[in-house]
Amino acid sequence: MNQTANVTSEMHHSDEIGAKLGMWLFLFTELLLFGGMFILYAIYRASHSHEFFLAASELDTFIGTINTLALLTSSLTVALSIEALRRGNRKLSITMLIVTILLGIIFMINKYFEWSAKIHHGIYPGGEVLLRMSDGEMLFFNLYYVMTGLHGLHVLVGIVVLSAMLLFITRGNQSSAIKLENSGLYWHLVDIIWIFLFPLFYLIS
Amino acid sequence: MNQNESSAAQVGPSIHSIGYGTYVLIWIGLVVFTGLTVVVSGVDLKPLTATAALTIAAIKAILVLLYFMHLKYEPSLFKTLVVVVVIALTTFIIFTFLDVLFR
Repeated sequence: MNQTANVTSEMHHSDEIGAKLGMWLFLFTELLLFGGMFILYAIYRASHSHEFFLAASELDTFIGTINTLALLTSSLTVALSIEALRRGNRKLSITMLIVTILLGIIFMINKYFEWSAKIHHGIYPGGEVLLRMSDGEMLFFNLYYVMTGLHGLHVLVGIVVLSAMLLFITRGNQSSAIKLENSGLYWHLVDIIWIFLFPLFYLIS
Repeated sequence: MNQNESSAAQVGPSIHSIGYGTYVLIWIGLVVFTGLTVVVSGVDLKPLTATAALTIAAIKAILVLLYFMHLKYEPSLFKTLVVVVVIALTTFIIFTFLDVLFR
């Protein structure tokens, strides 16, 4: 009897490791996807450094910093949510998960205002103001739209995934712990990518 | 038995539990580093600007990986894989740069 219990817990344990390993492998592919774009950015920044500085001064450091703080805090709250669920404190877990989702939405709202201001000023791929700029500035803004755009898409997906987790947990699904952990891993990766995007786009002065 | 199983699923024997306080401390560290990177970007370090920004970003990423993503408490397989992937990515970056610089 005791041995059976041990074996079951052992199996459960290795199953969790397998699930997590799968998630990490997926995160590696994500890292290489963004890695390719970081290489592109690095090469063009090396060859057009002055234009990159000029173009970057158009970006709002304040909004960038607020968004960085929003994502960092959301990483904290999702980690707390996972920890709370592990300790069986479902109420705290749900609260922290809701805060995480709200912070993700705040990030996207800021992004919306930031992009609309740029687009309003004619700075978007193919926009008349951007077309009159130098090659380096064009490269900067095109990379800005592609990289922060793809990142924003990841934040949106993260919000959807975490909302699904919220549903699972409120319904009391037994296997939600590992699912929430894997969703958390995804959310943290999105945070890590932003940690690099922020200084590279907003803090060149 | 059933109760035994569900408790094992929640706090398995090898799953290390991090206190809430540790997470908050790491978050404070991340916020401090964010402030630091904003301040440093205002100082004119010329060639070191990018290096300083990337170093701080790397420290922040390592904090997130080790604590928020629990890598510190995962089996060594996970750590090895992450190191291998980071080395692979660094190799790609270095070789692309070599190609561009010495073309």
